[in-house]
Amino acid sequence: MIRPLIAGTAALALVAGPAMVQQASAQQKTIKIGFISTFSGPAAAIGNDMRNSFELGLDHLGRKLGGLPVEVVYEDDEIKPEVGVQKTQKLIESDHVDFIVGYIWSNVLLASLKPVVDSKTMTVVTNAGASQLAGEMCSPYVFSTSWNNDQTPAAIGTYMNQKGVKTAFLMGPNYAAGKDMLNGVQTTFKGQIVGQELTRWPDQLDFSAELSKARAAKPDAIFAFYPGGAGVQFITQYAQSGLKGQIPLYTAFTIDDLSLPRLKDLAVGVPGAQEWVNDLPNDVNKKFVADFKAKYKTTPSFYGAQTYDAVALINSAVTAVKGDLSNKEAMRKEMEKADFKSVRGNFRFGNNHIPIQNFYLQDADKTADGNYALHTVSLIVKDDQDKFHDKCPMK
Amino acid sequence: MLYFIEQLLNGVQLGMLLFLLAAGLTLIFGIMDLVNLAHGSLYMLGAYFAATFAALTGSFVLGAILALAATFVSGVALEVIAIRPLYGRSHLDHVLGTFGLLLFFNELVRLVWGPAGMTLSLPSEMLTAVQIIPGVYYPAYRLVIIAATLAVAALLYILVMRTRLGMLIRAGASNREMVGALGVNIKLLYTLVFGLGAALAGFAGLMQAPILTVQIGMGENILILAFVVIIIGGIGSIRGAFVAAIIVGLIDTIGRAFLPDLLRAVLNTNTALTLAPALSSMSIYMLMAGILVFRPEGLFPAASK
Amino acid sequence: MSALFELNPRNAITIGLLVILALIPLYAALTGNTFVMTLFTRVLILAMAAVSLNLIMGYGGMVSFGHAAYLGLGGYAVGILAKEGIGSGFIQWPMAIAVAALFALVVGALSLRTRGVYFIMITLAFAQMVYYVAIGLDRYGGDDGLTIYKRSQFGGFIDLSNKTLFYYLCFALLLASIYLVSRMVNSPFGLAIQGARSNERRMRAIGFPVFRYKLVCFVIAGALCGLAGALLADHTNFISPAMMFWTRSGDLMVMVVLGGLATPFGPLIGTVTYLLLEEALSRVTEYPGLFLGPTLLLVAIYLHGGIAGLFERRAP
Repeated sequence: MIRPLIAGTAALALVAGPAMVQQASAQQKTIKIGFISTFSGPAAAIGNDMRNSFELGLDHLGRKLGGLPVEVVYEDDEIKPEVGVQKTQKLIESDHVDFIVGYIWSNVLLASLKPVVDSKTMTVVTNAGASQLAGEMCSPYVFSTSWNNDQTPAAIGTYMNQKGVKTAFLMGPNYAAGKDMLNGVQTTFKGQIVGQELTRWPDQLDFSAELSKARAAKPDAIFAFYPGGAGVQFITQYAQSGLKGQIPLYTAFTIDDLSLPRLKDLAVGVPGAQEWVNDLPNDVNKKFVADFKAKYKTTPSFYGAQTYDAVALINSAVTAVKGDLSNKEAMRKEMEKADFKSVRGNFRFGNNHIPIQNFYLQDADKTADGNYALHTVSLIVKDDQDKFHDKCPMK
Repeated sequence: MLYFIEQLLNGVQLGMLLFLLAAGLTLIFGIMDLVNLAHGSLYMLGAYFAATFAALTGSFVLGAILALAATFVSGVALEVIAIRPLYGRSHLDHVLGTFGLLLFFNELVRLVWGPAGMTLSLPSEMLTAVQIIPGVYYPAYRLVIIAATLAVAALLYILVMRTRLGMLIRAGASNREMVGALGVNIKLLYTLVFGLGAALAGFAGLMQAPILTVQIGMGENILILAFVVIIIGGIGSIRGAFVAAIIVGLIDTIGRAFLPDLLRAVLNTNTALTLAPALSSMSIYMLMAGILVFRPEGLFPAASK
Repeated sequence: MSALFELNPRNAITIGLLVILALIPLYAALTGNTFVMTLFTRVLILAMAAVSLNLIMGYGGMVSFGHAAYLGLGGYAVGILAKEGIGSGFIQWPMAIAVAALFALVVGALSLRTRGVYFIMITLAFAQMVYYVAIGLDRYGGDDGLTIYKRSQFGGFIDLSNKTLFYYLCFALLLASIYLVSRMVNSPFGLAIQGARSNERRMRAIGFPVFRYKLVCFVIAGALCGLAGALLADHTNFISPAMMFWTRSGDLMVMVVLGGLATPFGPLIGTVTYLLLEEALSRVTEYPGLFLGPTLLLVAIYLHGGIAGLFERRAP
């Protein structure tokens, strides 16, 4: 009884293979968007935030981009470059998407660039900021609504100078973004680096060894970059080890609106740099944050804000070309104009399709109703452009 | 020097977690001759159960106790339903079958608890560092892990050395056929041993949950280390598992801590930073390969055949 | 090989499968569905790796839990040479084979002295070592992996960037490796290996240099898998240490056992079944593992000799 059943399944699989047909859409009746993010593991919170923001953006436009109805296919990269490139290829070859949106992780993005560029698929990167993308690997088809990896830590470096920090110890995960972040701090920080550590990513969540080293080096301050769930672990262990209160900690992308509810008091007094904070005083942002809170009952994070902007960006371009998605040259020109209102206020691209924007200092504190919230402390740098744009051949 | 002491303790703590996993694995392998790739799934279940029960009851300790019971029951159920048919088969059949179980459990957890993973928070009293020697601070919870695992090791020792069940376990580990021939209820023995292994694995899973992670597939990385430990220690030997686990834990931690600096003296920074963790991971496998070539029975062989 | 001309159910399925595989590019061209060809190219390449594993594991009884290392070594040979500016396939592919063969020689020389579960574990250990070395190779991407921008160049002979040509090349290489393995195991050398699988002491007593024979077998399997690794790197244009993680070796073992140990087309059947089942299930349900897992368990418990054994009508 079992044998025929298994044989039948095997035969079905053999036949089902060729039967997996995906018909390409002949005319541009709908816009198909492939969305790549992380929906499993602790970082799923980021992926969900991005998806929620994307959906909210589409809701605000009546589920239409440039007047055309939208279909979104969501794929999970599992934080693995090899999975990310496979899912990217599937979106391009099997789902025949018109746009690709997303990419949280720099290493996943870098692995997936070739299929995207080879197939000339318009892509909006809403988080990953690999410096190669800003420099020699820039592409006419790839745009970023986030930043380049060196900008945010460079802002912190500037801030550390302002605070009179003379020696620093750097920590981050050993993948493309981690290395970029640590290098980024050193582009502006004028003091001395007394030590740096790259930890195994993404499975090393035990930072006790590295925190001990930091303590032994006796720096004026520690800088750390640990995105997503790793950030929660790091900040918790920083407090557990007794370092909080002894050596100040400055961060990038380690404390955000997603991790704050879990960190609570531990996040207070640990400042970070960001290009967007939830209290930026422009109308688009106010509507975004208010509607997000009403629909999803939580505060959006910067991941979500960047993704929300992607909707408006794509809409502006599709509207301008009147729905003719096949004309890539015209699409590119309209995308470069960035003729939309961003949650960051003004928005413009550099020659390499990376935004030129402000960076703020953010910190957390307790609100009147007992919750915790991030707020803007000050402006660190205005209209900052990444340092790799010269390497990009596009003018 | 103080930094070295901290790292030593971290290595011991990692070793203790490995021991919990390896003890169950070595018993199951030694007595039932079963290669169990699903052992990491029981580790995962322990963590998930703990996170759920702790959230329901509001207490970490209560959650842990309930999780241990639940994991034991799961292990017993698994043994009766899926593992029994595999006894006596080739190791290859074991690999195939338990690999299937590994896939199944990953998916089951995703179905029941969702893809995002869970968190298990410590009560705030544990979020401090204890000064064990003047100038050396060590996180309180990690001391708890070491203490708890030592307690479990002691209990295990008493069970194996001083009880009738333990005698049967030792006998089964050194000569399986004889125990069956003596008329002992082998089926029950096997089920109990498997359940015990499951409980130990679940305990390891829930203990590391507050500092590391509760997510799908979390057992895959540590399972392979556990296999290395039982090979080095000797299949079927709990004492061997204990010693080997400490050795492996120390090598991994000390290597990660000191190798980068050693390498940086010779190579440039970026290369050293990336190469060091890789080398320290490699060294564990080199040790195992060495043992297999020169002393394949392991450090403390249990089998007398 | 004369069994191939018997028209029993197993051979019918095999021939049917081969015909379907040969027609995939035609189907892809007619329907415009290139994804099917991408999927099946991957199937062909992994089937080749499974064939090499079947040689040592099925016929030789050497259960290697580290076979994915050879895929990785072959892939990295291509990737590293490509990054250093050497794009010629005439250099890359032989390098892939040579590196894999050399590693197999070292591993085999050390491991073949052990037996049973110890052999399994020591092959696993060596594979993990290679995995960690790959992670440590900062220049070649480390854990993030490395994109290969151009497939291996073969001058004017063949353009690998043509997907259809690449597909048929992989198909041809797969058939060639099945033929090679088949000839090997039916030669006196191969029969000695199979004899050693069931009773090594007796073979040695008869006078066969069992260790040397097994080592040769091991090296050939490694080399073949290295070539598969080169093909894989060219196919995906991407290499990463994940290619060599122990669960990938587990996948290969599953494919071989599923299809039927020690049969010429078993590895192909097993690979096709496993990969298509995976793909089909993931489209039909959100939780493919819930069905795939127990299927593997049931196969392990009830099907001696894998799927190929399904049609043998032998008593279990």
